[in-house]
Amino acid sequence: MGFFNGAFGIHENSLLLRGQRAGVLAANIANADTPNYKARDLDFAAVLAGETGSAGLGLARTRTAHIAPAADVVDGALRYRNPFQPSLDGNTVEAQVEQAAFADNAVRFQASLMFINRRISTLQLAITGQ
Amino acid sequence: MSLFNIFNVAGSALNAQSIRLNVVSSNLANADSVATDPGSAYRARHPVFQAAMQTAWGAEPDASAGVRVLGVWQSPEAPAKRHAPGHPLADGEGYVWGSNVNVVEEMANMISASRSFQTNVEVMNTSRDLLLKTIAMGR
Repeated sequence: MGFFNGAFGIHENSLLLRGQRAGVLAANIANADTPNYKARDLDFAAVLAGETGSAGLGLARTRTAHIAPAADVVDGALRYRNPFQPSLDGNTVEAQVEQAAFADNAVRFQASLMFINRRISTLQLAITGQ
Repeated sequence: MSLFNIFNVAGSALNAQSIRLNVVSSNLANADSVATDPGSAYRARHPVFQAAMQTAWGAEPDASAGVRVLGVWQSPEAPAKRHAPGHPLADGEGYVWGSNVNVVEEMANMISASRSFQTNVEVMNTSRDLLLKTIAMGR
């Protein structure tokens, strides 16, 4: 069954990441008027490096007795956003920037979903032969 | 699934913004209220928002933060003093005390609250679409 395990490639994890990023951006938008709230976002490059096996930003385990860190896609990839213009109340959310990022994220989520859907149709075609 | 958590986060923002709109409407309604002494004059009210890190919702504590209204704060500015000897609420020297509501500030506040509310509704709609499409995966 090795073929089916990797059938969806990176899109399986991509959906997870996009879902979590949507949550982070929604929290930013919800707190657009909260004093001292600092906007956050996911560092996509760090997540990708962590997923593809190269040196990520997660905890390194140098001995087998070390407890493994929690398996989370966004582990260690949350960063504070640098605002274009900081506001007087300490809030760094720029609503338009967050809205744009949220829309971008939603489109990429749907793209991954579409890749998975097409993959399913392809597999079904191969299984049924028609 | 953190997409479901967005409904909690955006919902808390909708609640906070509607409280803010309520407070603004109260301020605007009382902009012309008068009182006999400065202590009982109407003072402009403003809600104070705070990020609510959600551990109780079962989500990871640092990735999603809703909003809660910490309290409603009253403006410390002095109420407007007006000389109106014929007014039924005038004090011994002929003064009435109006509210310290700044109507222009309240209108700007109302527009800001309304925009934030709309943005959060949009966030909820988008998340709902994404979830429905995920449910229909493979059909």
